[in-house]
Amino acid sequence: MSTETVTRERAEEVIAEALADVGAERADITPDATFEALDVDSLDLAEVSQVIEEQLGVRLGGKDVAQIKTVGDAVDLVLARAS
Amino acid sequence: MSAALVTGASKGIGAAVAKELAADGWQVGVNYNSDAAGAEATVAAIKEAGGEAIAVGGDVTDGPDGLFAPLEERFGPVLCLVNNAGVTRDNIALSLDDEEWDVVLQTNLTAAFKLTRRALKGMVRARHGRVINIASVVGPRANAGQANYAAAKAGLIGFTKTVAAEVARRNVTVNAVAPGFIDTGMTEGLLETAVEHIPARRAGTPQDVAAAVRFLASDAAGYVTGTTLFVDGGMSA
Repeated sequence: MSTETVTRERAEEVIAEALADVGAERADITPDATFEALDVDSLDLAEVSQVIEEQLGVRLGGKDVAQIKTVGDAVDLVLARAS
Repeated sequence: MSAALVTGASKGIGAAVAKELAADGWQVGVNYNSDAAGAEATVAAIKEAGGEAIAVGGDVTDGPDGLFAPLEERFGPVLCLVNNAGVTRDNIALSLDDEEWDVVLQTNLTAAFKLTRRALKGMVRARHGRVINIASVVGPRANAGQANYAAAKAGLIGFTKTVAAEVARRNVTVNAVAPGFIDTGMTEGLLETAVEHIPARRAGTPQDVAAAVRFLASDAAGYVTGTTLFVDGGMSA
């Protein structure tokens, strides 16, 4: 598990990479993009959460994930949890 | 080769399952709660047959980390989980106390959920996995004196179906095997009466059940998910 300081840039990079790995189109991954528009569902988000935990050391629980709707929400949540 | 965890594998069905999976190339974690000698005997038998295995001690109700960590450290990600550990506390519902209900549900159902949740993390990332839940003919059918066991096993079947639907597109299959009357320590003393009601006119063996698990764990069963395979000599027909 990573112990690096989590910057917004790093969080965005990790999340974008994880979303692309579960099938989201890179060009569509913007802060305002909704997971629905990216065709990313709860199984995909569970996987993205694992990547976030492995690479950023930030654990997102099921209830956290249920509340985030956009890529920006995910980034903000990771930064909030990391601080 | 990948790692498989079989809970409750010191004897009976669990031990037979561990041996069958090892024969198919799985590196097996032989879990036990109190019977370390039985687990070590299972491991020894697997090694003598050319397979790989370690004994993994721990109560399934204590959570998954203590069971998965030693196996992952030795063999890598666990890509096959057999939820076999189970207990009985028989009594008619009117006389069952809360503790007898709770321990059966916690061991036979809740522990299976927690271990499955843990296993799925690695399986989903690996895009491959096999979860096999050992259910029972009891649950889908009545067995007076086992309301707690029936509830847990019926619950296990429902759990199997839904989780299977959730993870199927990640090439992870989730199935149940429902043994009928199997000649093990758990059924000692009940054989003669039971066999009369079994179309096959014999009790099943742990190997009968293990063969079904081996198939479901194999690549050949990649399109089989969310199902319950009854290994019961026709009892449920």
